[in-house]
Amino acid sequence: MNQAIQLLGFENGGWGNALWQGTLVTLEISIGAFFVGMLLGLLTALAKLHGNPFIQSIAKGYTTVCRAVPELLLILLFFYGGSSLINAVFDYLGYGYVEVAGLPVAIAVLGLVQGAYASEIFRGSILAVHSGQAEAGAAYGMSPRKIFFRVTLPIMAPYALAGLSNLWVNLIKDSALISVIGTNELLYVAKQAGGSTREYLLFFVAVAVIYYLITLISSYMLRKLEIYLRRWQPPH
Amino acid sequence: MDVLIEYSDLIYEGLQITLALLLIGLVFGFISAIGVALARLSKFRIIAYPAFLFTSVIRGTPLLVQIYIYYYGLGTLFSQAPGIRTSFLWPYLRDGFWYVAFALIISTAAYLGEVIRGGLLAVPKGEVEAARAFGMTETKALLRVRLPRALYQLAPTLAGETVLLLKSTALASTIAVVDLLGAANQIRSITFEIYKPLLLVAIIYIIATYIIELVFAQLEKRIPVKR
Repeated sequence: MNQAIQLLGFENGGWGNALWQGTLVTLEISIGAFFVGMLLGLLTALAKLHGNPFIQSIAKGYTTVCRAVPELLLILLFFYGGSSLINAVFDYLGYGYVEVAGLPVAIAVLGLVQGAYASEIFRGSILAVHSGQAEAGAAYGMSPRKIFFRVTLPIMAPYALAGLSNLWVNLIKDSALISVIGTNELLYVAKQAGGSTREYLLFFVAVAVIYYLITLISSYMLRKLEIYLRRWQPPH
Repeated sequence: MDVLIEYSDLIYEGLQITLALLLIGLVFGFISAIGVALARLSKFRIIAYPAFLFTSVIRGTPLLVQIYIYYYGLGTLFSQAPGIRTSFLWPYLRDGFWYVAFALIISTAAYLGEVIRGGLLAVPKGEVEAARAFGMTETKALLRVRLPRALYQLAPTLAGETVLLLKSTALASTIAVVDLLGAANQIRSITFEIYKPLLLVAIIYIIATYIIELVFAQLEKRIPVKR
C-alpha cells in the first residue's frame, strides 16, 4: 500500500507529476478536438440541409464512413495519411522530412472523427426548430441575425446540448486511443509507468479513476447547463 | 492490389476473429445486460446500487483502459499464480483474445443494460397489471410481457449498439490480437504499405456495418405491430 502511494505520489520517483501532465494533455486534446468537431459538424450539418446534391453526398459520405469504421482505424489512417501528405508537400517545396506528431495531429484526427457525430446532432436540433417560429420572428421585423440569436439558437440549444454532452464524454474516452500514435496523454503515460515499474494494474486502475472523475464531473456540469438552457421550456 | 492478394489469408483470419469477438460480445453481453437492467430496477438498494455503480464506471472509463486493466493488470497477476502455467486454463489466460472478449461482454452489459432498463420502464403499466390479473407470476409476466415488449421497443437501438460493438472489437489489435485491424497492421509492418491494408479493412468494416443494419431491419419487420 505504501509502495503504491509512493509510486503515484509527486516525489521520490513517483509518477504523480507525469500523470498530472498526462491529464492536462488529455484535456487539451479533448477540448481542442471538441471545437474542431463542432465546427466540422456545423459545416457538415449545413451542407446536408442546404447544400447542392454534390455537397450533400460528400457530407453524407463523410458521416457514413466515420460512423461505420472503428475510431482506432480512422486515427491510424488519418495519422499516417496526414503525415505522408504533409511530408509530400514539404518535399515538393524543398524542405526535408518532418516528424508529424503531437498535440495538433491528435486534435485534428479526433476532431475529424467526432465531426461526423456532431453533424447529426446539429442537423437534428436545427430540424427541431419549427419554421413558424422563425417566421414569427420575421413578422415582428427582426433581422435574420436577430432571429438566429433570439429565436433559433435558444430553441435548438437544449436539443443540441444533450447530444453534445454525450459527444464530449465520448471524446474524453476516445482520446485514450491517441496513445497508439504516441502522444503523451494520460493512457500513454500510464503505459510507460506500468512498463518501467511492472505495476501495470496499479497505473491502469489509477488512470481509469482519473478518466472516471473527468467524465463524472463534466456530465454533472453539463446537466446543470442543460437545465439552465431549458428554462424557457414549459415544465411537463 | 497484389500485396493484398498475397496476404488475403491473413485478412480472412482477421475477419473471423473480428466476427467471433462480435458474436461473443453480442450474445453474452446481451444476456448479462438483461441481468444488469433487472438489477438496476430492483427494489432492494443493495442490488440496485452496485448495478448502478457498475454501469456508471464502465460507461465512464475508456474501453481501451478496461482492456489494459484486464490484459496487463490481471494478466500479470494470473501469470504469477502458482501452478497456473500447467493448468488447463493457461492457454486461455495467455491469449489476448479472451481478455478482449471479456471486456466486450462487460461493456455491452453496461451499455445495453441501460438501454434495456429504459425499455422496461417504458412498458405500459396496464399491460403488466393485465398479466398479473391473468394470474401470471412475476417471473412469468417478466418473461412473457415485460421483456418482449421492452425488446420490441429497442429493436432500432440494437442495430446501432451492434455497430458500436463491431467498432469496439478493433481495440483487440492493441494487445496483439490479429483481428481485422491487427491483420492490416501486420501487413503494414511487413510490406510498408500504409494505405492499402488500412483502406481495404475500412471497406470491410463499412460492408459489415451495412449487413448488420440490413439484418436488424429484417428482424424489425418480424415484430408484431398493431395496425
